[in-house]
Amino acid sequence: MNTTRRLIIPAAQLRITLERLAAQLLERHGDFSNTVLIGLQPRGSLLAARLHQLIQEQSHQTILFGKLDATFYRDDFRRGKEPLIPNSNHIDFSIEGKHVILVDDVLYTGRTVRAGLDALLDFGRPEKVELLVLVERLYTQEIPIHPDYVGRKVNTMPGEKVVVSWSETEGEDNIWIISQ
Amino acid sequence: MSAISTKHLISIKDLSTEDIELIFSTADNFKEVINRPIKKVPSLRDITVANIFFENSTRTRLSFELAEKRLSADVVNFSASGSSVSKGETLVDTVKNILAMKVDMVVMRHSSPGACAFLARNIDAKVINAGDGAHEHPTQALLDAFSIREKYGKVAGLKVAIIGDILHSRVALSNIFCLQKLGAEVMVCGPTTLLPHHIASLGVHVSHDVREALAWCDVANILRIQLERQQTRYFPSLREYTLRFGVNRALLEEIGRDITIMHPGPINRGVELDSDVADSGQSIILNQVENGVAIRMAGLYLLAN
Repeated sequence: MNTTRRLIIPAAQLRITLERLAAQLLERHGDFSNTVLIGLQPRGSLLAARLHQLIQEQSHQTILFGKLDATFYRDDFRRGKEPLIPNSNHIDFSIEGKHVILVDDVLYTGRTVRAGLDALLDFGRPEKVELLVLVERLYTQEIPIHPDYVGRKVNTMPGEKVVVSWSETEGEDNIWIISQ
Repeated sequence: MSAISTKHLISIKDLSTEDIELIFSTADNFKEVINRPIKKVPSLRDITVANIFFENSTRTRLSFELAEKRLSADVVNFSASGSSVSKGETLVDTVKNILAMKVDMVVMRHSSPGACAFLARNIDAKVINAGDGAHEHPTQALLDAFSIREKYGKVAGLKVAIIGDILHSRVALSNIFCLQKLGAEVMVCGPTTLLPHHIASLGVHVSHDVREALAWCDVANILRIQLERQQTRYFPSLREYTLRFGVNRALLEEIGRDITIMHPGPINRGVELDSDVADSGQSIILNQVENGVAIRMAGLYLLAN
């Protein structure tokens, strides 16, 4: 099978996008004392960590940051070919009454975010939840989930996959479309 | 390392070291879940589990039932007393009838060694062994090793003494297999009558002196004297057993090493283990019980996956 990959956003552009997302969060929230960032494991956490760092540097505030794993809440357990192996949760604060910004790298069917919302609500009752994604794939959502903050909207063909790579794990920051 | 290599959980012998590590890392996640205010996840919401117990049990049965419920599975319980088993129904017939009501997994305890393996060959559902005679009790061994790993951060290189009735104990056998796979050294200690012949062929040290065992080990797993199996006399009296093999505070102080004390329960207090040891900071007996739920959740989750 031929796998081709196409670079859609290189490192320099990705940096601008991240800075814009951080600026939007700062603009909307200002004071982050009641706002927390929670990344969806595993890939959303890397994005959330970057944004967390950017916002802390720019606002000189300490912002609570967590990682949420939604594996046990997914609706495709026992239905896929691959077994679902969980990641760990790191939320060492209460989300009760907090304004939560849920962060994931790519919004595709919306099912991961649905599972993430269920997982999140088992930790308490946040006052408000917002969704931030770096890439929104257009016209692919299977359930009514729409992000509040979007890095890039991308039109894709069926069979294509959007992959965000990070310097921490893959050696460089950029976004690819992989088609088979 | 992404899926467990076996279809059933019948024996530690069937598991690879990677399988055991996978069960442990999954149990770490479930331990975090059961310490939350909302201790439940929806993973097994479309699965029905039958707990079939042909032998008495409190801890194991409760632990499995809690594990199943915290994974949102539907649970049916069956115990042999008061069932059609007393009317002469065979094991396979009993279980096939239960499975005809659309059950996906079976957790079984039975007095005959090999009963779970036999069942797994004859039915479609996944089988978890909750103890088969004096053969194996895999989830107990996993939770014991998991508790040791939690206390020391590793299992490899540690010395574990299993003290007491090794002959009738499925816990001892599963523990030996599990600890050896993870790289620990094992010693068994008990009166000659309660040690199986040729146990040394499993690669364990053998001792008949509890002082020697305690002076050697980092962890002492003290097994219950199975009073209900003592129609044949294996030692002259309980008092004599306690004097020769009972673990108490004075003995531990005499040895003067910081040994971790474990017991799979139920404890015969004042027989194999004294209260001043069982309830001390050295004991991780209640951690074992807590970890039991997390380990069983991991086993159920990985088999259903």
